[in-house]
Amino acid sequence: MRSRLPVVLVLPAIAGLAFLLVPLAGLLIKAPWATLPSQLFSAEVGQALRLSLICASLATVVCLVLGVPLAWLLARSDLPGRGVLRALVTVPLVLPPVVGGVALLLVLGRRGIVGQHLDQWFGISLPFTTAGVVLAEAFVAMPFLVISVEGALRAADPRYEEAAATLGASRWLTFRRVTLPSVMPGVIAGTVLCWARALGEFGATITFAGNFPGRTTTMPLAVYLALETDPDAAIVLSIVLLLVSVAVLAGLRDKWISGPS
Amino acid sequence: MTLHASLRVSRAGFSLELDLDIEAGEVVALLGPNGAGKTTALRALAGLVGSSSQITHNGSTWDGLPAEKRPIGVVFQDYLLFAHMTALDNVAFGLRARGTRKAEADTVALHWLGQVGLGDFARAKPRTLSGGQAQRVALARALATSPELLLLDEPLAALDASTRLRVRSELGRHLQDYPGHTLLVTHDPLDAMVLADRIVIIEDGRVVQQGTPRDVVRQPRTDYVAHLVGLNFYRGTAHGTEVRLDEGGTLTIAEPAEGPVHVVFPPSAVSLFTEKPAGSPRNSWQAVVSGIEQHAHTTRVELDGNPPVLADITTATVAELRLQPGDALWVSLKATEIHTYPR
Repeated sequence: MRSRLPVVLVLPAIAGLAFLLVPLAGLLIKAPWATLPSQLFSAEVGQALRLSLICASLATVVCLVLGVPLAWLLARSDLPGRGVLRALVTVPLVLPPVVGGVALLLVLGRRGIVGQHLDQWFGISLPFTTAGVVLAEAFVAMPFLVISVEGALRAADPRYEEAAATLGASRWLTFRRVTLPSVMPGVIAGTVLCWARALGEFGATITFAGNFPGRTTTMPLAVYLALETDPDAAIVLSIVLLLVSVAVLAGLRDKWISGPS
Repeated sequence: MTLHASLRVSRAGFSLELDLDIEAGEVVALLGPNGAGKTTALRALAGLVGSSSQITHNGSTWDGLPAEKRPIGVVFQDYLLFAHMTALDNVAFGLRARGTRKAEADTVALHWLGQVGLGDFARAKPRTLSGGQAQRVALARALATSPELLLLDEPLAALDASTRLRVRSELGRHLQDYPGHTLLVTHDPLDAMVLADRIVIIEDGRVVQQGTPRDVVRQPRTDYVAHLVGLNFYRGTAHGTEVRLDEGGTLTIAEPAEGPVHVVFPPSAVSLFTEKPAGSPRNSWQAVVSGIEQHAHTTRVELDGNPPVLADITTATVAELRLQPGDALWVSLKATEIHTYPR
């Protein structure tokens, strides 16, 4: 028989578990269940929820359109300095989002390096707009997609692409019909992670896009603001975000949670 | 119409220099040990490896063309069927990539699946197919675009022994019907003998011998080829009916010859005795058993002597002689069993 589990390990483990789970349980316990439906469908919550879903989805589309080709480039090309590029791409992953927001302001702000030209030539101003929210979310979320897709691409056997070439397929056709379908699980996982990250984005969004209800106030911003004025609304919004997170985890169950068995 | 290829590939520690001419309808087997450059040659022909090769066919040159622009079909060793597509879509892929409409591509693909006996498997995904079936889908996929040059990379290596026999004969039938040029890369001499009209043998990126299967079997020119076809093989200098072997030893032959020659005889022509065989115009010399290997119906004995020799003897003889490694025996060989040809 195995000896008893050592207390030195078990006690902190239980404390750790409680530390992670109790706040979530608290959220559910304190939820205003009676008024929840009306809260959920109230104008402010509905507005924030709709804006969040739209912005996160648009940001995910941006990430897919730019991120999948980037992942392909990192995985397949013989670009010099590919390792450095790969490291740079992951910087937003560890960068505090607020710093990301500041960086975006410096580049795309009204007086930013690129932003001033956008403003002068095209009359486009991105900060403090819904488009700004999408950009901020995409900036923070894209590395999740790139890393996931690049990993899948590197694991995929490039000889299938050679086989496609011998059958007369161009690189683009090969990518669409052979490479992409074979890495689809990685693309889906990356998309879900990317979307979830975009949905929860706070720091970069509030820095770059500010807080204008209906235009830039996404759910995480709404939660933070509601905490001052309407705590019940904050709880309802939090529960919605919690449910989304759980749903994402459930969706990625096979890929991320099961672990090595 | 002849396909001329002058393949030149070099990379660290290896270079390939191979000139190949393949006639229309001809099957050429590229045979050689691992690392000889067989697959590199195939990849150079397919345009999958950067090389300074020159390939001309019917007045057009393929140099510098990427793989997708060459009129080729390739059957890869592990087939590389696209797992997310049905067998039909796999076979139709090349036609679609070359701009054929879907309905027409499907019709042609279905015809080819029928040709390889898999008409009923059009909707099957590759992972549900057996090894032999996957090989046939790969062949249909390569042939569906009517390529000028068909390249087969160890097409039977991934199959188990019993399947291989059947698939080999089917493949032979399809290759006979195929009007284009075929290059078969293999390390299995049997594949080459059965499937090819001509065998080109390469070692270390260079051609060491080429000829019809019959020529290669009868007159090997290197140790590798002799080993493949299972012959005792020596180099020597003939003077009348006597051949002085380069590695030492002398053999008496029946047909007089002059000058540098290759000498071959089958291991089954060798007899082993415990005592020096008496009289008769035979070759006999003393040798020591260095290895014994049981084959299906015979036992192959490896002997160190002057010259060293392989002997195939019956199991009865093994029992009679009570053979052990280290035993000293007399080797005897009839002069009429020895075949010589000029170097």
